[in-house]
Formats: sequence, C-alpha cells, structure tokens
Amino acid sequence: MFLAIIQRLWQMLFVMFGISVLVFLIFFATPGADPASRIAGRGASAEILEAVRKSFGLDQPIYVQYFTMMKKIFITGDLTSFVNRGWKVVPAVLDTIPVTISLVMGAAILWVVFSMIIGTVAAATKDSWLDRSLMILGLIGISMPVFWLGEVMNLVTQSRFHDTWMFSWVPPLGYKNFTDGPKAWFLTLVIPWFTLAILYIGLYGRVLRANLIEAMQEDFVRTARAKGLSETRILLRHALRTSLISFVTLFGLDFGALVGGSALLTEVVFNLHGIGKLTYDALLNLDLPIIMTTVIFASFFVVMANALVDVLYIVLDPRVRKA
Amino acid sequence: MTALIFFILILASCLSAPLYANWAGVNPFTSTLDATIMLDGKQTAVMEQSTEGLGLGYNPIGPTWQLGNYFLGADNQGRDVMARLLYGGWTSIIIASGATILTLLFATVLGLTAGFFGGVTDMILSRILDILWAFPVYLLAISLSIVMIAHGIDIGPFTIESGSLWLPVFIIGVIYIPYVARPIRGQVLSLRESEFVLAAISLGVPSHRILFRDILPNVTTTLIVFVPLMMALNMLTESALSFLSIGVQPPDASWGTIIQDGQGLLYSRPWVALAPGIAIVITVLALNVLGDGLRDALDPRSKVKLGRG
Amino acid sequence: MLEVRDLRVSFSSEQGLMRAIDGVSFTVGEGEILGLVGESGSGKTVSLLAVMGLINDPNAVIEGSIKFKGRELVGMPNAEMRKLRGREIAMIFQDPMTALTPVYTIGWQIAEQILQHQNISKSAARQKAIDLLAEVNIPNPADAIDRYPHQLSGGMRQRAVIAMALSCNPSLLVADEPTTALDVTVQAQILDLVRKLQRNHKSAVVFITHDMGVIAEIADRVMVMYGGRIVERGLRNELFLNPKHPYTKALLDSIPPLEGEKPKRLRAISGSPPSLLNRPTGCCFGPRCVFRFDACSAQPELGKLEHSAACFLEGAR
Ligand SMILES: Nc1ncnc2c1ncn2[C@@H]1O[C@H](COP(=O)(O)OP(=O)(O)OP(=O)(O)O)[C@@H](O)[C@H]1O
Ligand code: SF4
Ligand SMILES: [Mg+2]
Repeated sequence: MFLAIIQRLWQMLFVMFGISVLVFLIFFATPGADPASRIAGRGASAEILEAVRKSFGLDQPIYVQYFTMMKKIFITGDLTSFVNRGWKVVPAVLDTIPVTISLVMGAAILWVVFSMIIGTVAAATKDSWLDRSLMILGLIGISMPVFWLGEVMNLVTQSRFHDTWMFSWVPPLGYKNFTDGPKAWFLTLVIPWFTLAILYIGLYGRVLRANLIEAMQEDFVRTARAKGLSETRILLRHALRTSLISFVTLFGLDFGALVGGSALLTEVVFNLHGIGKLTYDALLNLDLPIIMTTVIFASFFVVMANALVDVLYIVLDPRVRKA
Repeated sequence: MTALIFFILILASCLSAPLYANWAGVNPFTSTLDATIMLDGKQTAVMEQSTEGLGLGYNPIGPTWQLGNYFLGADNQGRDVMARLLYGGWTSIIIASGATILTLLFATVLGLTAGFFGGVTDMILSRILDILWAFPVYLLAISLSIVMIAHGIDIGPFTIESGSLWLPVFIIGVIYIPYVARPIRGQVLSLRESEFVLAAISLGVPSHRILFRDILPNVTTTLIVFVPLMMALNMLTESALSFLSIGVQPPDASWGTIIQDGQGLLYSRPWVALAPGIAIVITVLALNVLGDGLRDALDPRSKVKLGRG
Repeated sequence: MLEVRDLRVSFSSEQGLMRAIDGVSFTVGEGEILGLVGESGSGKTVSLLAVMGLINDPNAVIEGSIKFKGRELVGMPNAEMRKLRGREIAMIFQDPMTALTPVYTIGWQIAEQILQHQNISKSAARQKAIDLLAEVNIPNPADAIDRYPHQLSGGMRQRAVIAMALSCNPSLLVADEPTTALDVTVQAQILDLVRKLQRNHKSAVVFITHDMGVIAEIADRVMVMYGGRIVERGLRNELFLNPKHPYTKALLDSIPPLEGEKPKRLRAISGSPPSLLNRPTGCCFGPRCVFRFDACSAQPELGKLEHSAACFLEGAR
C-alpha cells in the first residue's frame, strides 16, 4: 500500500513537470510570433519589449528561459504583468482561490446529494416513467452549455422575475466575502451553485444509475437476497456502497478540474472574481503572464487533486489496498 | 432514430442559411444600423430610439415572429438574428465535425501505435498522453488560443491565419486527443493479448496484416460510438470558447458568439442569447441520445466512457 | 418438509415462451441430503431459485405449488418470503469468488444476516460469526472475521459462505454446485464439511451438481433432471446399482471408475440438450436415446414408486 502511494506521488511529480514544460513551450516556443511581443501585450513600446526580453531571459538558451520562468512563479513569486504595469501576478492569483473554492464546494455538495438521490431512485424504479423522465432531465442537464444556463438564470432571477416573491432575495451579481457576512456570501452563491451543479447532477445521476443497475446483477446481490435482506437494504448497503468507489473517483477528478479552471464560465457569467474570472480578464487584455500563472497553478492543483483521489482510492477499496 | 432525424433536420436548416438570408434580403455579417422593415404595414426602424435615460441609445428591434422579417429580432449591430443563427449553426457544426475528425484521426494513430508496438514507443506516447490528459481542457484551450488567436500558427508547411475557422478546429481537436487515444490504446493492448492475435503472430502473419485485418475493425466500432459523443462535446466546447472570445472570430458567427453578442442585450432583448442556447441544447441532446443508442447497439458492455471538460 | 408439486417456470422472450421447468414434483424430508444432478441448462438452479422465491425476472411465470412446512410459497408476498429466506431456507451459490460483497469483511456480512433475523446485540452477532467460522474450519477465526473476501482463497471463501448460510440454523440448505469452482482437494474438504454440518445442524440439504461422483459421496436420495423435467429419482444405492433411465445410465457411464484400468475415453452422451423453446414432442430425451421406440412419441411420466424413471422402458422391462 505504501509503495503504491509513493509510486503514485512520483507519477504526479512527473506529470507536473510535463505540464510546466508544455505550458512553457506553448507560450514561448509556439511558432508564429516573437514571444516578447506576446507577453508584453498589444501595442507595446520598444522599451517594454526590451524589458520583457531581459526579464524572461529571452536571449538565453531555451532551458534557461524555462528555469527563469519557473523561478519567477514558484520561488521568487515576482512575476509581473506588463499590461497592468508592475502588478504582481502570484499574489493576485492566490487571492482568487477562496472565491473559486466557495463556488465549487457548494456546487459539489449539491450535485453529490441530488445525483445520489436521482441515481438511486431511477435505479430502484428502473424502466418506470419516473426513471425515464429523470434520465431525460439528466441528459438535458448534460447538454446545456453552462454559461448559457447561467445567463438564463440571470435573466430569470435578476430581471424578469426579480420583482416577484420568488427571486427578490437574489442579490446583484458579484461575490461577497464569507468573513464580511455569511448570509450575503450564501445568497450571492445560491444561483451560481445550482447553475454549476446541474451538469454534474445529470451526469452523476446517469452514471450512478447505470452502475447500480450493473451492481444489482452481480452474484453478491443474489447472495444478499438469499440472506433475506430487504430490497432497499440491498440497494443501499450493497449495490450503492460498491458503486460508490467509482463515484468517488469521478467526483475527485471533476472537483479538481472545476477548481482548476472549469468553473471559469460560471465565474464569468456571475461576475465572481475567482481564478477563472482572473484568467478571463487577462484573456481579454492579452495579459500572458497572468494566464501563464493561472494555468500552471490551476493545472498543478488538478494534478494534485487527481493524485489525492488515487491515494484515497487505495485507502478506500480493500481490493486495491493489498496490491 | 428520432434523434438522428432531428439532427439531420437541424443540419438541413443550417445548410439553408444562405437561402434564408437571400429570401429575407439581409446580410447577416455587416452591421445594418439604419435598416428598416415593414411591420404591420408600417415602416419600422430595426434600431429603435431608446426611450430610457437621455434617449440617446438605440435598441435593436425585438422578435417579430414573422419568418423572413427579423423573426428573432436584431442584435446590437442591427443584424437579423435568425439569419445569423442559421449561419452560426453551420459554423458550429462544421467546427465540431472538423475537430471530431481531427481528434479521432490522431487518437487512432497514437492509440494504435502505442498499443500495437508496446515497449518504449508505448511508454513515451502514454506518458505524453498522461500529461495532456491531466491538463484541464479549458486551460489548455485557453493557452493554445491566446498565443494563436492574435498571430496564427505555422507548423512547417501548415499555416493557420489568426481568425481562421481552422484555429478552433485545431485547438478543440487537439485537446480531446487523449480522451479517445487512451481507451483505444487499452483496447488495442487487450486485442493484442487476445488468443486470435497471438495465434496469428505465432503463425508468422505479418504485423501490418494483423493490424488491418484483426485490430482495426474492432477499433472502428469504438470509433463509431465516439463520433456523436465527441460531436456533442465539441459543440459545447466550441460555444464556450467562442463565448470567451477565443473561438470563432468576428465577423463569422457561431452559436457561441451569438450568445456572447446577446449577453449585453440579455435583459432587454433576451432572445438574441436564448435562441442559440436552445439550438445548442437541442443539437447536443440529439447527439447524446444518438451516441447512447449507438453505444447500446454496438458496444453493450460500454467500454467507451467519455470524460468531459 | 418441502413439497414441490408440478412446478413450471417459463420465461417469455423475443423468440417465444421458454419453458425452463416443465412439471417438476419432488419432496425433501427433514434432515436428508437430496442430490440433484443433470447437465448444464437442465433447470437445476432455476427450480431451486423458484423455491427460494429468487426468480425476479419480470418475464418469468411460475406455476404449480411449493409447500414448505405446510405453507404455500408460490405467490407468497415478498415481505413474508424474506423472513423465511436466510432463516428457514438458505442457499449457497456456485462461485465463491463473486458471492460476497467485496467491500465488507466476511464477519460484517455474516453478522448482517444474523441481525436481520434475530434480535441480538451486535457484539453477540459478531461472537456468533466467529463461532461459525471456527465451525467451518477456518483457521484463526477471530482474525479471519475482519478479512475482506478478496483476502481469502476460494476454498476459504466458500467456507465463509457456508458459515453465513448456516448462521440462522436453517431447516433447509440449498447448495448449488458449491464445489464446482474449487480444485479437487478443496472439493473433498468442502464435501466433508457439508456432511458434518448437516449432521450437527440437522438441516436438510438439496445438493445440486452435475458430477455423479459427488452425488455418490454425499446424497441419501438422488434426482436426475433432464430438459426441465425429472427423469429418475430413487435412493442413492438403488439408483447407482440399478439405473432405470437411459440418461442416468449414460451419466453413470461417464464417471471414471475408481478401481481398475481407466478407459481411454469416457463415454460422452452424443447429441445436445433439447431446445427449451421448441420442445420435442414425446420423451424429451428421445432425440438422443439409443433405446427409443414407438411408445416414446408420447410423454413418459415419473412413476409413484420410491425409485422410478420417466421412461417407457421401465414398464416394458
Ligand atoms: N432469467 C432467465 N431468463 C431466461 N432464461 C433463463 C433465465 N434463467 C435461466 N434461464 C434458462 O433456464 C434454463 C435452465 O437454467 P439453469 O440455470 O436452471 O440450469 P442448470 O441446470 O442450473 O445449469 P448449470 O449446471 O449450468 O448451472 C437454461 O436454459 C437457462 O438459459
Ligand atoms: S421414453 Fe423412450 S426415448 Fe425416452 S428415455 Fe425412455 S426409451 Fe428413451
Ligand atoms: Mg446452475
């Protein structure tokens, strides 16, 4: 078990290294244009271009450039934006993390709870009209672009029905710090939480239903029936518990991916200045140093989350544990 | 089956976009702020004088619900949204298909090579795929777009201009390669270990014959199941990238860019953003249903499990 | 104790109605071991699943009567059936590798069954589970109880499954090919174990197998199934010494003799089992029977005698 964990962590470091190289290559070595002019942003003056060249060591061999950039991001943390002159990038990125985490956490709770209910109910009533309609709803949830759903939500809660009793409680767009008042924090996030969660509720509900139905065909379920257990108990304690292993794996991956940038669209639509919104704003300004940093931070986070999930998996599933 | 018919219908209506524009007499790609239309026998301006504030701004006309006559209203350039919707749908579908073909092509080559030759080749390719796979798709797409969108890209003989439709095709195609290549590699690997291939090898059948006769047909089934699912995924990705303004570039339209255009008009003229969204949902839904059906028919033990971005 | 009368089980499918069990009647007496043999697909499992009320295929139709201790099981509400299942009638399945839920320890799973049917404390249930594991000869039961199924060998798992089945002292134990998936030495141990436990717990056992050798070792009485019907039944010794049905004879010919020279090849029965969709008219063994004669175009019935066969030869001889 210990060996397996160490091995997994090694792999994680390797992938992190690979990603950093890849990001570096995309930004510094994509054929097409001079990296200095890319980094400096639109219409930069000659002095700025010179400053960029010096700051990133662009006249030096490419591996030196790589180490310079890594040093700026991880060791000295003094990477600066050239579009927003002098703005320190690393602290700006760190500042956004609580916003993104708040958004994703809440959505995650929603989607776990609802998808478990939906998946289990659908599996228990397999082939009934209830099962069918739940699955179609799930499929619709999967097929909606999240940013569009967010806009529809805004249209409904901020404009069309804002003055009715239903949505008059919805505060204007934007994020409120938890420390400034949990209630405001909560209220601003409710609609974004649901918007973000709907895709995953549909997805997980469908996956869980399929897994449960598969599990209910297993031999051990027949044994459980022969023991005289009730169908509910068999479904929840035996089938659901066994399906939960893959559920947890999937969850870990998606949670990581969301914190690491996939929540970007939701953040943009609801004007929540998380890491995704920061990336988006930088995108509009063509501010490459910020994008480089958010991309590296976020993808490292995702990779670490994935590794954590695998480690958890090793601990959770007795079958893997032995290996 | 219904899903397939639905998809073909959508495809056909998008294909008829030029016909529609011609018939309606509008150009969906240039701003026509001073255009007027006949509405209830009255000459009406497409851009109405705003009644709010100082009355200086203009509001585009809302849906008339008359086909060929600004059915869905105009956007903030005074362009016919319905015509743009049809054109945009065609762009979206083209990009999704192009990216799907690109992904499947590269993924098949990579998966086959890695799975069939094994050894060092497999190790190197698998590690590269691991890295790409671990890279969050939107971040990868953003990184690729931002460096390319302004200046285009040239790899050897290939040059893609900035603003070209090939750019989103290329970007979306690349980011999903590992999602397809990894399962294919796995499948090839297990096929290689299967008895009939081992027997063929021991009989001295040349490896390219094994590859084409025994392995490729099996992989093809998997690929077919992937097609509608990847199309659905790519449509969503395209719309997201376009919404972030790093996908399709103006004056071209796609469903994603129209939603973005509609964002500013969301509260006053919601149909500009609603209509393309509904179009995406219906199309993606049809593709997903199609994919599910294909999977049940061709691959009952569902080896194909699609990740998403 | 168990009285099955004219049991019929059919599955409707796209190709038509498939009659898996076609009029099966038998009884199981208190404390006896009834061996049930027949080749694969002859309906052994399905007939006993019907007794357990475990055929929950929506396409299945079950007709006939199954009386257990005087109570009718066919059509019994599931909630009531559940109280019998696991307490009065227990069942062991063929493959011990997949019979246990992988994510729980074997102790948890045994205790779960005890707690389902008896009103005792968790620690008492656990203690009982340890005792049961000791009874089925699992070494270090106090330790083994906290093991997960995958940590045990096939033989050990099957012991755990048996311990679980016996945890509520059922009066009837159905063992569906409990030794088929195990290797030969382990098979012998499990057979010994079943016999010993059957004596200690005074349970009746229905032992399903397609191995005549196993039947010879364990059964008091034997029933031979073919194509969803019982073709011969009788006390073990009588049936082995004086088989009446051609199918039984063929089965007995296919056991390797214990002594003397081994034949080069065992005599296999030529032909294949009948299609359950289009049953042959008349004797279902007819198409493969070397003794077939005119009378066989009618359906032979099982006689009333203790030892009888569903074959027209029986009377003619
Ligand atoms: N749920 C079902 N639906 C349709 N047919 C079924 C179903 N369950 C069993 N059958 C059919 O019923 C017949 C009898 O099967 P059964 O499992 O009882 O055979 P068996 O004698 O136990 O064989 P084996 O030695 O292989 O276990 C088989 O032809 C099988 O295909
Ligand atoms: S009834 Fe006839 S066909 Fe059937 S087993 Fe007896 S002899 Fe053979
Ligand atoms: Mg069986």
